[in-house]
Formats: sequence, structure tokens, C-alpha cells
Amino acid sequence: MTTTRRTTAGLTRRGMLATGAAALAAPMLSRRAFAEPTKLTMLAWYGHAEPDIVAEFEAANNVKFVPKYYTGGGNMLALISQSPPGTFDIILSDAEYVQALHAAGYLEQLDPNDYPLDEFFPEFQRFPGNWADGKLFSIITRFGFLGVAYNTDALTEAEASTYNVFWNPKLKGKVGHFDWHLPNLGQISLLNGNANPYDIDETAWNAVKRKTLSLRPQIGGFFDYGGTFASLNNGQMLAFCGIGDWITGVLQKNGAKVRTAIPEEGGLQWSECFSIGKGSKKAELAKKWIQYITSARGQAKSAQMAAYPALIPNQKGWKVLQAENPAEAKRQGMTNEPGNVIDMIRAGRIKYRQWPVQQSLETWNDFWSEYKSA
Amino acid sequence: MRRPISLYGLTFSLPLLIWQILFFVFPLLFLVALSFWRVRNFALQPAFDTVNWTTMYGRPVFWQAYGTTLALAAAASVLTSVLAFPAAYAMAFKLSDGLRRWAIFLMVIPFFTSYLVRVYSWQIFLSDNGIINVVLGWMGLGPFRMLNTVGATMVGYLTLSFPLVVLLQFFSLAAVDRTLVEAAHNMGCGRLRTVFAVIVPSARTGLVIAALFCFILSFGDFVSPIYLGGASPTTLSILITDTTKAGQQWPRAAVIALTMIGTLLAVAFAAVKFAYRSKQA
Repeated sequence: MTTTRRTTAGLTRRGMLATGAAALAAPMLSRRAFAEPTKLTMLAWYGHAEPDIVAEFEAANNVKFVPKYYTGGGNMLALISQSPPGTFDIILSDAEYVQALHAAGYLEQLDPNDYPLDEFFPEFQRFPGNWADGKLFSIITRFGFLGVAYNTDALTEAEASTYNVFWNPKLKGKVGHFDWHLPNLGQISLLNGNANPYDIDETAWNAVKRKTLSLRPQIGGFFDYGGTFASLNNGQMLAFCGIGDWITGVLQKNGAKVRTAIPEEGGLQWSECFSIGKGSKKAELAKKWIQYITSARGQAKSAQMAAYPALIPNQKGWKVLQAENPAEAKRQGMTNEPGNVIDMIRAGRIKYRQWPVQQSLETWNDFWSEYKSA
Repeated sequence: MRRPISLYGLTFSLPLLIWQILFFVFPLLFLVALSFWRVRNFALQPAFDTVNWTTMYGRPVFWQAYGTTLALAAAASVLTSVLAFPAAYAMAFKLSDGLRRWAIFLMVIPFFTSYLVRVYSWQIFLSDNGIINVVLGWMGLGPFRMLNTVGATMVGYLTLSFPLVVLLQFFSLAAVDRTLVEAAHNMGCGRLRTVFAVIVPSARTGLVIAALFCFILSFGDFVSPIYLGGASPTTLSILITDTTKAGQQWPRAAVIALTMIGTLLAVAFAAVKFAYRSKQA
């Protein structure tokens, strides 16, 4: 006859040992679940690697994003050029910078078959700037329009329907500039009637300069990202040149009486694109991320990004957004109704923001500095 | 006869020397070299090309920004020194020991908070719908445009350097020989005349150094001209950021930075020379 020694809790000694061994072995059996997350570096504008966007992907793939946020295209180029190859697995850049990144050899080539491009609106399936010599280097993931940003207490929608409103005497000292030459001068170029606002000859460029200088007495200040938010929010500036819903949308959600109108002269389009950094040792995981964020689900998240909202190129993403957050889909114009944002593009009212074609970027930038000092 | 260099002396002087070489001389030399580099396809290329110097010095906007920055920093130095002096004087000559300790503590406290945060908080006061205009509105005045003006930039410069200037002036005034003050009074010198004929000359070195610190801080400041001045008029620090915003023109930014360093060194040497020459006279 064998006797077994029981503990006060009713467990045998052998049972306790077995349970203990099982408990100790459990992490080994599910090692993956306890493994250190893989770090994925992302160079991007603020917000793209925040939890509202990446948490789901991080949990599903045991990944931890390590973001490096930049504050402008020049800043982004500087960060890449000063870092060894492979520093950044994922690079988000504005469309106009993709070609420069490609020319400098900072991007891996992408296989279009890896991504849901067929779900995109036709306008974005072969998006200019994403391709070079028939090869894909980047995927557009979100975009937005720039127009007349205005305080709805100070201006009516009709008044804001033209860039000429910036010259309105009641806005003297109350018009702000987002401090970057490209969107501001592009808008003035549109106002001057240039069908391709960035592809203008010397005569048209001089006319743009003259027109811009005539606006200087109206200007209350030149603001960076934070300053633009603050001055629109506190009513210091009543109209803004060079921005769009990516600023006013955030303020609007928080109750500020501001919005952006696309004026009759047309609006500009900014576009953000994801690429895989040259020399990335985690290119497969980076590809997986781009697949996720360009999928319908990822796109719906991206459209509602807490840092700044945006339009999305994936048609199925629109459907997910319309089901999840119909109010936001309506606010941004991503509905199936006539006059939606795709219709605006198809009607020719929107032009891509790009680098100047007939002048150098430096020429535009130098004029901008002179304008600010005028 | 020269004294031999001892190990004891080296122990204390070498770290400073190494620090200066590593964090001042090397970066400065690099900045000088960078100013001659070229930019091709957004990438910096080592070269020896004077184009960045000729381009920057040939642009009227550069000289305009230079003049503006110089004038603003000089104005900030004078204004801060004048406003700080009564406070420093009171701390040195009028307050009891206990109150003096409190006053020093209060002058140190602002440094506990980020300068950027302090400048941002000024926006709440200075904006068109801000606290000052609301109060003025109750009195039937205003609103006055204060934010995004040169005046607001000056408020920012004061925020940056006022406590430091007060402390530097105080330390200088506290070291003034009291017997000189008493002698002046005994000889029938009035209070105001004593201040300007005895105290200020005696404390001049410290007062000049305090003003110099204010000049240095204001001359290179980026935060106040941007967030309180609305980036208008353009200062050299703003021009540096503008220059790097297009085409990676870091070499041209280096030209501006070197001009700023050269100006600050010239002003500092002149100020120190003036301060000590006056003292010896």
C-alpha cells in the first residue's frame, strides 16, 4: 500500500511538482508570445507611429515601432542623409520628395503586386512620383487638399470661396501664412490663373511674386505647425494661406469655428507616401506594415488619425470608414454623393503640390525669405 | 621665470581644455569647413567653394535680417538692464537677508520651467482675445494688437534673460564696497547721484557682463521671434531655418551661423574690454 503526502490545500507533493514544472515550461512552449517585440524604425511626420494608428499592427505582429518624427521635407532629407543605410525601415514622405529620395538611393524598390493598388481609385493606382523608370518606390497612403482656411465667425463660405479674400480689408493683420513657400506660392499661382501652378515661365513667376508681395500688408505672421494651430484656435488669425483640413479638421473636431474651403481658383493636393528604407534588415516586416496601412482597414484608421485627418486613396477603405464613422466620412467628403473629393479631382479643381519645374526650389525659397522680410 | 606645469594643475585644467576642444573648437572648425561645401541633389559634398559666402553676403535679405537681429538684441540688452537694475539694487541694498534669499529664489524659479512653455503662455496674455485685452476691454479700451509684433518679441527676450540679468546685477552690486557709498553720503552726495556716480561705476563690470549675457541670449534666440513675433521681421535664427528648408542648404546656414558667432565674439570682446577699462580708469 502506497501513501501519498497531501498538502493542506489537498494537493499531493507529486502534483505540486508537476504543476510547478508545467508553469515554468509554459513560457518556453509559447515562447513567441513572450519574445521581445521586433523594433521597426519609422521616419515620418508626427502621428504616424502613435498608438491610434499602430497599436493593432504591433499587437498582431509582435512589433514595436520606434518613430523618428520630422518637421518638414528638408528635415527628413537631412535625417536620412546623416544616418547610415538601414537606419530607417519605413520612410513616410510627401510625394514631391519621393523622387529626391529615390535619386539619392535611399529607397528599396517595391513590387506593385504586393499591395492592394487595384482597390485604389484609378487616379492613385499609378500615382505620379511613386514610380521611376516604370519601377515602384513608394505607395501613396493618404492625401489632403489645401485651400482657404478661415474662421467661420469672421468669414462666410461665399467669402472664402476665392483666394482674393486674403486681400479683404477686414482681414488686415489677421491673415496667417504656414511658413513654407511651396503651398503658399502655389496658391497664389492658382489665383493668378496658372493651370499648372508649379510649371510656370519667368513672366508668370514674376507675376506670382508681385501678387504675393501685394499681400504682405495683410499678413499677421508666419507660423510653424504649432503656431498655426494656436493662432487659428485663439482667433488671432482669421484666415490662413497654405494649409487645409489637416489643420482645421483637428481644430474643428475640438470645437473651433474654423474650416477649409476649396476656392473657385482650385486647391492643392498634398500626398503622403510610404517606402521601405534602403538597406533595411526588416524589409519583410516593413512591407507587411505598408500592406496593412494601405488595406481597407488600415486606410480607415489612417483617415481618422488623431494627429491630423486625411483623405485616403483606397475605395474599400472609404466603405469601412463610412460604416465605422459616417460623420467623419461626410465631414471629409469621402461619401458616394456627387461632389465628393474624388469628383473634385476629376473636375480638375485640384492640382498636385510639387516642386517648381521651370525655376529651382532655391529660387522659390529665396523669394519666400525676401517676402517675409518685406 | 616660468613655473613648471604640475600634475595637480593639469588635473584641474585639462578637463576644461578637453571640453573646449571637443565641444567648441572641433564643431567650430567643422562649421567653417561646412560653409565651403557644396550641395548636389540634396546631398552635402565636401569641397572648397566660396559660393555660399558670396551668395549669402550678396543677398539684401541677409543684411536686413542681420541689422534687425543686431538692433533687437541691443534693444533687449538696454531694456532688460534698465528694468532689472531697480530690482537688483533693491535686493543688494534694501532687502533684509531673509527677503533677499526669497528674492533670489524667485529669480531662480523661472528656470525650472521650459522657456518654450513660458513663451507659449505669453500668447494667452497677449493675443487679441487674451487676458490683457479682456481687462482693457472692461475699461473700454482696445483691443490692441500685441501678439505677433516686435513688442511681443521683446517681451519674450525679457522672459528669457530678465531673471539672469537681475541675478548678475545683484551679485555685482552686492560686492560694491559699502564704505564708498557711506563716504559719498558723508560728502553730501544725494541718493540718485550716489547711484550713478558711485554704485554704477563700481559695479560696472558686472552690469556690462549682465547686459552682454542678455545680448548673447537674445541675438541667437529663435523661440520668441517665432512664437511671439510671428516670424516677422526675419531674424538671423529664422533665416537659418528658412535656408535649410529648401535644398538642404546647410552650408549657407553655416555661413549665417559663423557670422553670428563672429558678431557675438566681437561684441563680447568689446564689452569686456569696455567693462574692465572703465574699471581701471
